[in-house]
Amino acid sequence: MSTIVTVTSGKGGVGKTTTSASIATGFALRGFKTAVIDFDVGLRNLDLIMGCERRVVYDFVNVIQGDANLSQALIKDKHTENLYVLPASQTRDKDALTEEGVEAVLKELQHQGFEYIVCDSPAGIEHGAIMALTFADEAIIVTNPEVSSVRDSDRILGILQSKSRRAIEGREPVKEHLLVTRYSPKRAHEGEMLTYTDIQELLRIPLLGVTPESEAVLHASNQGVPAILQKDTPVAEAYLDAVARFLGETRPLRFVEYEKPGLIKRLFGGK
Amino acid sequence: MSWLSLIFGEKKSTASVAKERLQLIIARERAGQSGPDFLPDLQKDLVAVISKYVQVNPEDIKVGLEKQGNYEVIEVNIVLPDTARPA
Repeated sequence: MSTIVTVTSGKGGVGKTTTSASIATGFALRGFKTAVIDFDVGLRNLDLIMGCERRVVYDFVNVIQGDANLSQALIKDKHTENLYVLPASQTRDKDALTEEGVEAVLKELQHQGFEYIVCDSPAGIEHGAIMALTFADEAIIVTNPEVSSVRDSDRILGILQSKSRRAIEGREPVKEHLLVTRYSPKRAHEGEMLTYTDIQELLRIPLLGVTPESEAVLHASNQGVPAILQKDTPVAEAYLDAVARFLGETRPLRFVEYEKPGLIKRLFGGK
Repeated sequence: MSWLSLIFGEKKSTASVAKERLQLIIARERAGQSGPDFLPDLQKDLVAVISKYVQVNPEDIKVGLEKQGNYEVIEVNIVLPDTARPA
């Protein structure tokens, strides 16, 4: 049995690809055979974030159109065992992502024994985003503490509840998870930023995790290493927690409370 | 939040403004998306029934769906013309 997990948001730039790379790596670290697929045809970036951009030979669309078989297109990740990347194509048009084609590829991945298939959705609510969520069993809604991101997340939830196969066929609905990214406890504390509880109240879906705004994310993407592998950084820890919760473990939220700097820190500076 | 703002009264934080705005817009957009399809038909039927007794313009009958807590409320608003009289 395999589980298809779609990472989506509606809005761009909120951290879908960062999250897809980290969550997929997290599943693989736990020993699950995992594939992560880039659905952003024309603007592929997952390969860069995963650090495998120079090893792309065939892509998702090549497989759909029968120009290559799946094993030729899947790239074995060099950081983590059990993890494979299926890159999006860079040049062809978006309609190449046919529903039958996507379904066939997902079936083939299941057939090859993949336990988790992570679908990295493009931004927007166009064809690519719809294809990425059509076959979802579970969905991670990536949201920034910012008005347009929250609104777009709500839109994408509506689409998930109407256009996914599970919805259309009247099966058990797609399981939804909220992941708040780029969170700043200090700004939330000072009333400058929506708190994660505000966001959860607005969107009314269970909270999977909160990842802090962090310089480590840029360092990670600079190097082509998933953020979850940036050892001992809060953002990596937060992603590890999120993966644990996804797998049913209970973990307290971390990195969400603002701690006032002590007197000494205030006098002598520091962050 | 400095001591100055404590003395001179706190302005509403921008985050709470954001939350209020989102509550309104999300509620409205959800209602728009998930409105049952029968509303236009219901409106047509209501116009037909009411026209049997009173002359009304179809535009004067408004049917809407509202969320109040956990309940969905169908709101029917009929404006009778001043000279409403049995047809």
